Order: sequence, then C-alpha cells, then structure tokens
Amino acid sequence: MTLDTIWVYAEADGDKPSTTTLELLTKARDLADTVCCVMAGDNGDDFAEALGSYGAETIYQTGDLEGSLVGVPVASAIAEAVDAGDGPDAILFGTSYDGRDIAARLSVKLDRTVITNVVDVEVDGDSVVGTEPIFGGATEIKTKFTGEGPYILLVRPKSFAPEPSDGAEADVEDLDVGDLGNSGGATVVNVHAAESDGPRLDEAEVVVSGGRGLGESEKFDMIETLAKNLKGAAGASRAIVDAGWVPYSYQVGQTGKVVKPTVYIAAGISGATQHLVGMKGSKNIIAINKDAEAPIFGVADLGIVGDVHSVVPKLLEALANR
Amino acid sequence: MKVVVCVKQIPDPADPGALDPETRTLKRDVKLILDESDSYGVEMALQLVDAAGGGEVTLVSMAPNGERSGLSTALAMGAESATLVSDPALVGSDALTTAKILAAAIAGQGADLVIAGSESSDGYTGTVPEQIAAVLDMPSVTAAKAIEVDGSTVKVQRQTDAGYDEVECPMPALVSVTAGVVEPRYPSFKGIMAAKSKPFEEKSIADLGMSADQVGWAGANQEITDVTDAPTREAGDVFEDDGEAHLKIVAFLENLKVI
Repeated sequence: MTLDTIWVYAEADGDKPSTTTLELLTKARDLADTVCCVMAGDNGDDFAEALGSYGAETIYQTGDLEGSLVGVPVASAIAEAVDAGDGPDAILFGTSYDGRDIAARLSVKLDRTVITNVVDVEVDGDSVVGTEPIFGGATEIKTKFTGEGPYILLVRPKSFAPEPSDGAEADVEDLDVGDLGNSGGATVVNVHAAESDGPRLDEAEVVVSGGRGLGESEKFDMIETLAKNLKGAAGASRAIVDAGWVPYSYQVGQTGKVVKPTVYIAAGISGATQHLVGMKGSKNIIAINKDAEAPIFGVADLGIVGDVHSVVPKLLEALANR
Repeated sequence: MKVVVCVKQIPDPADPGALDPETRTLKRDVKLILDESDSYGVEMALQLVDAAGGGEVTLVSMAPNGERSGLSTALAMGAESATLVSDPALVGSDALTTAKILAAAIAGQGADLVIAGSESSDGYTGTVPEQIAAVLDMPSVTAAKAIEVDGSTVKVQRQTDAGYDEVECPMPALVSVTAGVVEPRYPSFKGIMAAKSKPFEEKSIADLGMSADQVGWAGANQEITDVTDAPTREAGDVFEDDGEAHLKIVAFLENLKVI
C-alpha cells in the first residue's frame, strides 16, 4: 500500500541538500508514488539535480523570503497549495529549528495534528503510522493519524540511510506564499556562524563527548584535544551545555544532535535518558565514568570505571606516543 | 511591559515515568514539578520586565487534577499571577490542542511578549510555542538564547546549527527560549510565602469556550496503536581502572582501525 504523493521539506547545507533531506526523500520513495520537495527561497534550480537524483520530481519553492524566518511564509505557502487541492497526502519535515517552526505553523493553518520525534514511518491503509521513541528510547510507540490528511510528521535525523535513485533533474515550480496576517515580520538581520576546522558533530566518524564528570569547564579542553587527535568531533551532555561550559551546538541528545558515529566516547557522562537517545545508535560506545552504577555502562561496548581526569590524559599520551 | 510565560508542570524527570496501559497517556498521578526548561522562560521574563523598568509577568499552564505545585514555584520566583487550565476532558490532548488551550488562556491578557520553553522535558514535541503563536496570529522567534526588548521590537539571538542568527521581530510576539540561557533564581523564603497569596485562577475548557469533543483524545486526530519495548543494546565489558585502563581503549580503537 502506498500513498499518492509525499512532500519533503528540503533544507540546504551550503550549496547541497542536507543529509536529513536525502534521508527523508529515500524513505518517501518507499511510501508514495510521487515524491516532491518544498524549499524556502528562490534557488530551487541549484538543487534540482541533487534532489532529483534522490527521487524528487518537483521542487516547490516559495520565492525570495527577504530574510524572513521561514516558519510563517513556508507554512502559508504549503497551506495555500493544500487549500487549492494541490497538496500531498503527507509532508515530512526533519526535526530542525526551521522544520519544527514550519510543521507547527502548518498544523494550525490546516488544523491537523503533528506526529513528532518520528524514527520510522509506514503506510497503513489510507493512513500513516509514525514510530516514536519515548523514555529515552526504552519504549517505542506507534501513532496513527485518524483524521484527514495531509499528515504532518517531524522525523528525527539519521532515522533512514540515504540512497540515491536514478531520478532525473527535478522540475521547479513556484508556490504562492499568500497573506501572512499579523504573523509575519520576524526577520534575520545578521548571521553568526562559528568557525570549525574538524568534521561536523552529526557527521563525524568519531565523537568524544564530555559531561558533568569533568568537574569544571576548563577540563573540556581535553575532550576537544582527544576528539581532534582521533579526527573526530567534540560533543557534550545537556548538563554542561545548560551550565554554559560549551555552546548548545555541542549538545548530543534528545534535545540537540543525534549522532551515530563508528565510535562514541562518553567521558564523565552518567547517561541520562535525554543523552542516551541521541547516541545509543552509535556503532561502538566507550564510556569512562567513576560511578560503576552509571546508566551509560548499560549501553557501552567498553566501559572503564575510573576518573576521566586520570584516564583521558593517559589515553592522550598513549595516542601521542604511537 | 506585560509578559505571559507558558509553563508546563511535569513528573519529576528523576522518576523514569510510565505509560498508563489503560489510557496510553503519561501517568501523572505523581506530584508534578515546574519543568526545568520553563524555569529559564520565567527567569528571562522577570529580567526583561526589570530591564523595561516595570511591568508584569503572568503564567499560564495546563495540567490535570488542578495541579499547581509547579506554578507555585514560578510564582515564588516572582511572577505576579497564574492561570491554570485543568479539565478531565483534556486527557490525551495533542500538542495542537494544548496550544489552542494555552492560546485561549493568553488571549485577552494584553501580552506584549509571550515566552515559552523550546520543548518540554517529558513530551519533547517542540511544536507548542510556534502553534500558540499561530493560533494567536502573532510573529514568533524560536530557540532564543538571548532576548532584548527595544521599543516595540524584540531582538533575539536565535540558535542555529552553525551558531546563531540575530532576529528582529515586531511585538506583540512569542519567543521560545532554549535551556541554559539564563540562571534561574531560586525562590526566596519571602517569595515562597508571597506566592501563597498571589492571584490564581483555575479554568475549565467551558470557561475558554471550548467543548469536550474538541480536546483530549477526541480532538487529537491520532491514536496510539502499539507500545513496545525498544530493542536494548547489550552492555559490553566493564573494567575498573587499575591505572592502565586507557590501554584497553587504545586496543579497542586499534581493533576498529580508527587509529
């Protein structure tokens, strides 16, 4: 059983589609006869080949949004299409800042529920069922839409492996954004991007994360150093992000990034469910924590009950001497 | 300046929680506390009103059984008054219904700014703030890490994957804040005593002009069809550090050809 049409909200990562976009397109091809993309902005042509090669037949673009945050205008544009009878059966959004904004705005415009934190999607008759992990991934629930479509789903990154199809370059069509009422007006006036020389946290083969067990913010330096020496990225638990030791962009967990590297090293992290859900899909997990009862050892392939202040410096030294 | 803060009262996250097998909703028969994610919103609102030279911070919340302990915490921090929507019909409400309820409680308060946490620590849908803004037809900025009010404009540093964007937005507006952006104050003893006599209003859905078929499971347009234990990961070997445990990590990494 498949749906007729699924739209995927496509996000850019520089001049390429984001990995999450490609993951969603891959899944959407299994679920629907026709897969299309919605994009903010007016440069759909630049993505027509890349998105087409993952199965998108058409890219619906909003036109230049002149710096507006995308939530309001993109939701309005999709709602206009749905109201005109041109909408899809389901719309998939990646769980990102913008994806959440658009899905939430759209749900009100269309008066449709949103199923969130989805890690798998299946078609059931005319409806769609989303699988969501709860309690930090210990339990999975399946939730089925019972009302009218289009069904709106927010899907967690890394839920599917991206695989190209042999699709041709996508067509590009313009959507009408429509009237924004009093909701428009939030405008980006300046962009600050932190410089990073290593691999990105959500794409690195090795991730080294630090937590409260480091004791003080200065000790995070050794996490950065270890990550760098292993050609990986540094991450963090929510506890030390909330404490202001490292920026939010480091956070691994339910709130924050989902990572699935070849090796994940958790140093001084106890393993709150909030953290586990973001990293337990890693292929190999190494945990260093002085509390033998810490939940992190329940998911670790190699657990070291010890003090990070002793183990990590010795590990750095051993790596340097190789 | 008038700031309305949306707060959620949740079971203590230290207690893992469970689904009620009958209703397939989160069990909430335990004492609820102020969601830590929302304590940042309360603190931010109090600081903004201070910076504006005066004004008022009020609270809205939706919770079962007339629960008010989390609201009491926020009142003790310094909020002026609270509105709680509590109604047996609300069991099973989805995020959209929750947003409609909270928006109805906010409407008419004359808010210059509505503040919410980016996502709750128990449900994590992360959609309610933006849905509230949509119901109220006001602009919004999500994932704020800093907020400044300048005349009738709110200036926000909005978290992005790469860093942050500076966003300007006309008021009235809704802003959702990420955790950790300010240091929430601890309620003082004086604050706790004062909270007991602050205005507290409890409303039913009928008070908000809504009916039972619009809310709860009836209004959710979704049903939970299956609840299963997720596949668990096998725990591996655990070693006590004898001073040489780092060598086990080196060997593990070598075996994986990471080094």
